[in-house]
Amino acid sequence: MDRLEQEIRDTSKGMTPIVKTIVRFVMGIIVIFGAYVILYGHLTPGGGFAGGVILASAYVLLTLAFGKEMGLSKMSNMAASILDNSGALAFVLIGLLGFTGGYFFYNFLPKGEPFQLLSAGSILLANMAIGVKVTASVFAIFMALSIFGRIIYKAAEGEERESEE
Amino acid sequence: MEIILLFLLVFMIIGSIIAIETKNLLSSVISVGVVGFSLSIIFLMLGAPDIAITQVVVEILILVVLIRATITTDNTAIEGPRDTFPFVSSLIFFGLFLMFAFFAVQELPKFGEPLMKVSKEYLRTGAEKTGATNIVTAVLLDFRAYDTLGEATVLFTSIIGAFVILRRKGRKGKAETDSEKFGILEDEDIKQNFEGF
Repeated sequence: MDRLEQEIRDTSKGMTPIVKTIVRFVMGIIVIFGAYVILYGHLTPGGGFAGGVILASAYVLLTLAFGKEMGLSKMSNMAASILDNSGALAFVLIGLLGFTGGYFFYNFLPKGEPFQLLSAGSILLANMAIGVKVTASVFAIFMALSIFGRIIYKAAEGEERESEE
Repeated sequence: MEIILLFLLVFMIIGSIIAIETKNLLSSVISVGVVGFSLSIIFLMLGAPDIAITQVVVEILILVVLIRATITTDNTAIEGPRDTFPFVSSLIFFGLFLMFAFFAVQELPKFGEPLMKVSKEYLRTGAEKTGATNIVTAVLLDFRAYDTLGEATVLFTSIIGAFVILRRKGRKGKAETDSEKFGILEDEDIKQNFEGF
């Protein structure tokens, strides 16, 4: 029995074993679909933002099903903020590299054949940068709202107590 | 098609009124979801699959986050009378808005017949100038990449705000007085009090 099996049978945290088993099957498909939407953003509907949110929703699903330890072990708060910052920096860097051709966000790479994966120059790179950034930042917002939302809880409790008095 | 659009718009308005008026916070969140999903259907019908995909995915994620945030608080019912002054003033401003919008809307191009001065140029030269066959991405990341940079900056700033407000640990020394004032819970308290969370 491997570690994941043990994690699935462990009923003390997260949801029931049924949900965990389904999440185990679905997880890879969601991640592949998110990566497809990011990488083929210049050919089919989608792009960095939509694909990034799909990837982030995969992490959210994992966190909801297996508990916050599992989610944080896959992407910690520190990793999320580092990925977020590096994605934003990469996007600005792609814009600045455009100055080699004349102006900000100039498409400096060769265009290639239409309908090929490696085409459209810097648009593919920019999509990937935005995808990484959005994945990390949406997951970080989810973590911030659901896991360190304890201050709000206590504050709301205190207000109720005051109104009762 | 316009009848279906009007039906969806009325549906969205009803959903948003219920979201504001209902007492239960969870039903309010679900009514907000009605608005988002109807909006994504409208985008799909108007031929904008890119925005429809983004709208559906963001809506699902926002619903999950909001439900998660609302069920962890006890504060699920809103009580107390509504203030009259904000209500009356917002009604007055809504009436003013309708009055000016009535004149402004007559000047707008008709539904389904947009001004195509800039868009025509993008549609004609987009594929050969950028090499991207999805014209939406070509506009977003090539012609109008500067706007996308602004969008990314907005997202970045919102995350900084969320982390600053919602973080658990403050600076050393200040954290102790903060926990006395606002009641920040430590991990042991949470384990004792909210086992189900």
